[in-house]
Amino acid sequence: MAERSFAKEVLSLRLGDGEEFHGEGILAVTKALLQSGVAYVGGYQGAPISHLMDVLADAKGILDELGVHFEAGASEATAAAMLSASINYPLRGAVTWKSTVGTNVASDALANLASAGVKGGALIILGEDYGEGASIMQERTHAFAMKSQIWLLDPRPHLPAIVRAVEQGFELSEASNTPVMLMLRIRACHVYGRFRTKNNRRPAFSAADALAAPARDYSRIILPPSTYAQEREKIQVRMPAALRFVAERGLNEIIDADAGEIGIVLQGGLYNNTLRALELLGLADVFGSSKVPLYLLNVTYPLVPDEWVKFCSGKRAVMIVEEGQPEYIEQAASQILRQHDVSARIVGKGALPMFGEYGVDVLRKGLAEFIDQWAPQLRSGGGVAASRKTEVSAVAAAKLAALVPPRPSGLCTGCPERPFFAAMKILQKEVGALHISADIGCHSFATLPPFNMGNSIMGYGLGAAGASAFGTDGGRRAVSIMGDGGFWHNGLTSGVGNAVFNKHDDVTVIIDNGYSAATGGQDIPSSRAANPNRQGNNSIVDAVRGVGVKWVKRTNTYDMRATLKVLREALSTKIRGPKVIVVDGECQLNRQRRVRPLMRKSIQDGERVVRERFGVDPDTCTGDHSCIRLSGCPSLTVKENPDPLRSDPVAHVDNSCVGCGVCGEVADAAVLCPSFYRAEILYNPSRWDRLTGRFRAALIGVLQRRSERKRLRYAL
Amino acid sequence: MAERPITLTIAALGGQGGGVLADWLIEIAEAEGYLAQSTSVPGVAQRTGATIYYLEFFPRAAAERAGREPVMALMPGCGDVDCVVASELAEAGRAIQRGLVTPERTTLIASTHRSYAIGEKSAMGQGMADTAELIELVRNHAKRLVLFDMEETAERNRSVISSVLLGALCGSGVLPFRKRTFKEEIRKSGIAVQANLAAFEDACGRAERGDSGFTGKAGPKLNQEVPAQARTPSLQPLLERIRALPAAVQPLVLEGARRALDYQDPAYATLYVERVESIATLEARPALEARPAAEGRPVALLEASARSLALWMTFEDTIRVADLKTRASRFLRVRDEIRAEPGQLFGITEFMKPRVEEIAGTLPAALGRWLLDSPRLRRWLSRRTGGKQIRTGTIFGFLTLHALQGCKRWRRSTLRFREENARIEEWLGRITRLAAEHYSLAVELARAQRLVKGYGETQERGWRNFTTLVGQLEFLATRSDGAALLARLQEAALADEEGQELARAIATLGSSAASPTMH
Repeated sequence: MAERSFAKEVLSLRLGDGEEFHGEGILAVTKALLQSGVAYVGGYQGAPISHLMDVLADAKGILDELGVHFEAGASEATAAAMLSASINYPLRGAVTWKSTVGTNVASDALANLASAGVKGGALIILGEDYGEGASIMQERTHAFAMKSQIWLLDPRPHLPAIVRAVEQGFELSEASNTPVMLMLRIRACHVYGRFRTKNNRRPAFSAADALAAPARDYSRIILPPSTYAQEREKIQVRMPAALRFVAERGLNEIIDADAGEIGIVLQGGLYNNTLRALELLGLADVFGSSKVPLYLLNVTYPLVPDEWVKFCSGKRAVMIVEEGQPEYIEQAASQILRQHDVSARIVGKGALPMFGEYGVDVLRKGLAEFIDQWAPQLRSGGGVAASRKTEVSAVAAAKLAALVPPRPSGLCTGCPERPFFAAMKILQKEVGALHISADIGCHSFATLPPFNMGNSIMGYGLGAAGASAFGTDGGRRAVSIMGDGGFWHNGLTSGVGNAVFNKHDDVTVIIDNGYSAATGGQDIPSSRAANPNRQGNNSIVDAVRGVGVKWVKRTNTYDMRATLKVLREALSTKIRGPKVIVVDGECQLNRQRRVRPLMRKSIQDGERVVRERFGVDPDTCTGDHSCIRLSGCPSLTVKENPDPLRSDPVAHVDNSCVGCGVCGEVADAAVLCPSFYRAEILYNPSRWDRLTGRFRAALIGVLQRRSERKRLRYAL
Repeated sequence: MAERPITLTIAALGGQGGGVLADWLIEIAEAEGYLAQSTSVPGVAQRTGATIYYLEFFPRAAAERAGREPVMALMPGCGDVDCVVASELAEAGRAIQRGLVTPERTTLIASTHRSYAIGEKSAMGQGMADTAELIELVRNHAKRLVLFDMEETAERNRSVISSVLLGALCGSGVLPFRKRTFKEEIRKSGIAVQANLAAFEDACGRAERGDSGFTGKAGPKLNQEVPAQARTPSLQPLLERIRALPAAVQPLVLEGARRALDYQDPAYATLYVERVESIATLEARPALEARPAAEGRPVALLEASARSLALWMTFEDTIRVADLKTRASRFLRVRDEIRAEPGQLFGITEFMKPRVEEIAGTLPAALGRWLLDSPRLRRWLSRRTGGKQIRTGTIFGFLTLHALQGCKRWRRSTLRFREENARIEEWLGRITRLAAEHYSLAVELARAQRLVKGYGETQERGWRNFTTLVGQLEFLATRSDGAALLARLQEAALADEEGQELARAIATLGSSAASPTMH
């Protein structure tokens, strides 16, 4: 069960000929796959392509009707290996994941797939997580395409163009017997738009057909001498076939214009922002007709030399708009033009920054520089932006820099991982600072304030492996942290199994929140939620024991005392070998999604319901904020101190509190302060409740009035 | 000039409903015959971080006339945004910082409420950004401004901020869409329709009025009026003594005396006023006329001491906590805070964690000391202390706290009281001794009391830092800039829990007497 339901989106997958699809780019891809007669789809969730997986997971019905096999792979490597079905059979297959991280994981299978070549169209849909909002190290998928000779599509961020790219991608793959990557940037995945749909197509050939008549072709096996033949085939057969297809089918676009002496070559994915930049410079209109000729690369690998020569010949200068580094396209273009004696000067990185995302402003600046140098007369028109002041005054900028606080991502309200990291903070106060090998997942946020914990992140599921070098050196034990997602992704073998085999004497914590939470709350092998399509409830503890761990403890994150006890023991026990602690606590986003409606319903149905939430007494809070430094819950905030004698703001729990209990636990375990209270709000009280309620109120009222009178005996 | 897309940016916090607002606007735009595009960057930013949604609208008719689709950008360009909607004040500031808000073009619709960032919240003292300054900056940057507390509007209508933002957008008239289409969309969403419509209408009306004129400047918190007659005649003499003090500090001292009265009894309030008077005599001393002009306010020492003294004399011991937690006013405040319906039943659970120190502190001094000095008894007791959850709403729970509160009458004999009282007198003594020669240093010492606050370890940490500062007094007195240095040391003490910054600051003092304490 993902973080949100996609019931509505699933319906749009049923649209037929000539109907209009409205929605996100990545959902358009999903629909395009069904229109292209895809036979099987796999992948591993992760922004920005999670929704593709989520929708298909909710679309079982449609997939069954069409005879399409879908599965969420254990990792990107699994998904990539799945494409082997297209090596021997005319099966169209698609897989998806977050790139470049997922592509790293998948590249073993991808390299073998690319060498073997494919019979059925094999499409790899990649969410290029680059630039603002990216959650990973900044690299390019382009390098993977080049090293394995997998073709790379980079369509315009415009739904019809994206859908066309999916359809053409399959054709290109089949025409050149080569897998094809379709790369979509974050915003392209999430762009809302529309396109005219076609009927979904049942795959002509099915997995069943394949199993009925297995085909074997030795030349597709990855072993010498085949591998040498395959390399030759890549260069002599597949590449030329691909170039022919790209050229003949006009996958790239040349938009001609009068200003013939210069031109701009750009990646398809940057088309919209580049056109806006040109429009703001007065060099294009809102409908995309440009004063400068454009060569639009919807296929960024391989490049078509003839097209380059044709576009650049007779031009004095050509600007290449290529996001990210190294500037592979610019390098290749230089070679092509040099070899064909085309004298056009190439302007690229330099005028444009070597690294970072190319937003409208970056492009506007770079393009202005290019035009001013090579065709200043074009800018006489002025342009929309020419007159407009765009920068904030230096003074204001400085003031803002001082005033506007950074707002790093953090754990959600009521997140079960919060009490665990609070416990870790308290633990380190006792035993001193620890070396903590962190991992990918929501728990990565513990490396940010207020926890500031974790010395390195090596990749998804590699938290435990990341501590290997410290595994056996007798001193203070290293701690590694891993989420349940990362654990099943590869941590069980790369981390835990490895620690057993190499007799590590360290501590590995596995945070079991029941889902792959950071990617949108998808199910994983240990998810508890009943799911008819999958077998969940596979115990992490059993798995850990299975690979030979002797010391395994389970604890609930909300029981901070127990958690602390287990942590202390793990660090101090005489028992050698890896110590594994599984900390339980269901992801609050998913929990609320499940529990909220139930509670609302029970209240409406007149059932007795107790809702808990926390609060802080402002008159006993002295404004030290230790609680916030230990918790950092979004709902635990500050407000101006009501006490006229005090200036430090007091802690305050706002109405987003879900009553998870961490405040009480923290106040208790950290010996903080008595200002916290938990309110138990009662709905539909029983007769007994009302009776005791009245009785209590009466008695307490009497006592309160008495002390009130006492106090007011003297008043200034 | 040719038709251009309408550009709109939503600057919000992850999980705050910016996405909902974007979806609503898409539907509304399409219903109004516009082509709409929106983009966002979910992923980690969605988890409580600052996030941006970007939308563009273009009239379908114009596109059909041209027979071509407009090319819409996926990111806002500086100076090219018609409207910025900020769901929170600092995010409005961030949008300006990013150059999205320009005086020539942009209508800024922003809420004046703050949702504090972790850095602001976790400071050991005052860490919040200055709202007044933020507001001023925001005011100076937009072409048009719609500015009011949208969180409050949402709360009042029991709705969510996204419906308020939608209403504000509609009322601002920056979008060429009809009001009924907006409302239709809210109805279509089908969730909490009545509340959301109410919030929408409310916000729409406020937006039509534009800027609420909110300045973010807080008025004086202290009640400025000093009555001529004491509510209790027997306290008239005490009130007279307060009224005899410099007018500037009378409201402050009155508040302090009331606090002491509320804390203990008339005698205690009198003791407070006596102590204040002794400081007042220092202020009066002619020798002090030669006080540094830098020390702006004439009665700085008196003011600082009166404030700190009131807080210190009413230190939060277990008795005080029990007292405050059992009051009727507190029950009402909780009811209000948790939004319980009138007559709705609710329980309150307190999280008390009395350590041996707190228990001993509440005992008569001799007994308490004996307890603390006998390790075996300590160990025995410490095994039995630990988290006490007291249900104040129940008879037993309430009686427990009520009884504890009743120990007030013996408070003067408790160990904690004796200790704090001794500390107070020592502190006052130092101030008195310093005042003659080093007035401004004395003022800083008076202010330094703010370091000692909280409970348990927090309080002990504060006291440790305080004594560390006191240990530097001798040295600071030899310096012309002693007061400034002491002020800096206070800031350093509040910089981090581990006391690293303080250690660093002291090291840089180059003081020989860098040892933590002097007694």
